[in-house]
Amino acid sequence: MTVQELAAALSLTVLAGEDGFDREITGCYAGDLLSWVMARAESGDVWLTVMGNINAIAVASLTDAACIVLTESAALDEDAKKRADMQEIPILTTEQDTYAMAVAISRLLPEAAP
Amino acid sequence: MSGLSLKYEVPGDDFTRAGEASSDVKRKLKKLGYDPDAIRRVAIAMYEGEINMVIHAGGGQAFVTIEPQRVDIVLEDHGPGIADVEKAMQAGYSTAPDQVRSLGFGAGMGLPNMKKYTDEMTIDTEVGKGTTLKMTVLVNHKS
Repeated sequence: MTVQELAAALSLTVLAGEDGFDREITGCYAGDLLSWVMARAESGDVWLTVMGNINAIAVASLTDAACIVLTESAALDEDAKKRADMQEIPILTTEQDTYAMAVAISRLLPEAAP
Repeated sequence: MSGLSLKYEVPGDDFTRAGEASSDVKRKLKKLGYDPDAIRRVAIAMYEGEINMVIHAGGGQAFVTIEPQRVDIVLEDHGPGIADVEKAMQAGYSTAPDQVRSLGFGAGMGLPNMKKYTDEMTIDTEVGKGTTLKMTVLVNHKS
């Protein structure tokens, strides 16, 4: 499943990084402490977080995450949006909380669920 | 043989620019066709080091040498030094101030992550003088 298909299936709003929409999703990780995420998130993951700052974009880039989903409508900073567009990292947003999103994603991607 | 040598200035107290050096190294390694796992390990270890220099040391310098079989990273600062290296190496131990935590840092995972993702790491630190951190990632060797 691509990022675009995920966004459509879960009615996620796109905030930035449309150029990365074709990226294939292979898993999911949830967390807000950046170093923790850096240690655990894997290449191709959807990253569920409330961290919408520029450092979160750096972490997504370094871990090679497929996209970021900002849960509970967490804000995306303006400079973070610019960086995400530049690095082609899709940023999606939802009103749902992280748990609800993780459950929804595990239904969509049963092969990637723990 | 001598590899490609790079030098970066890491700015102090500027979280918006922290990560520029590691992103640049990541880009270069990608262009050179390095193994994605090695690139990921170099980038994460170096980013953690950069963030540490921004949080604790008022910035510093990063020296990176890229060779076919290894990438060496040296991070040098003239900050306060690390009083208790053993403690600093423990996952979860952090001395980061509260405003840094609100940015998502300060989990006490910086040095443990650097250790985890590199094949060799040494810390040379003196309180009041600064810290020099050396890391090596071996390219075809998964840690």
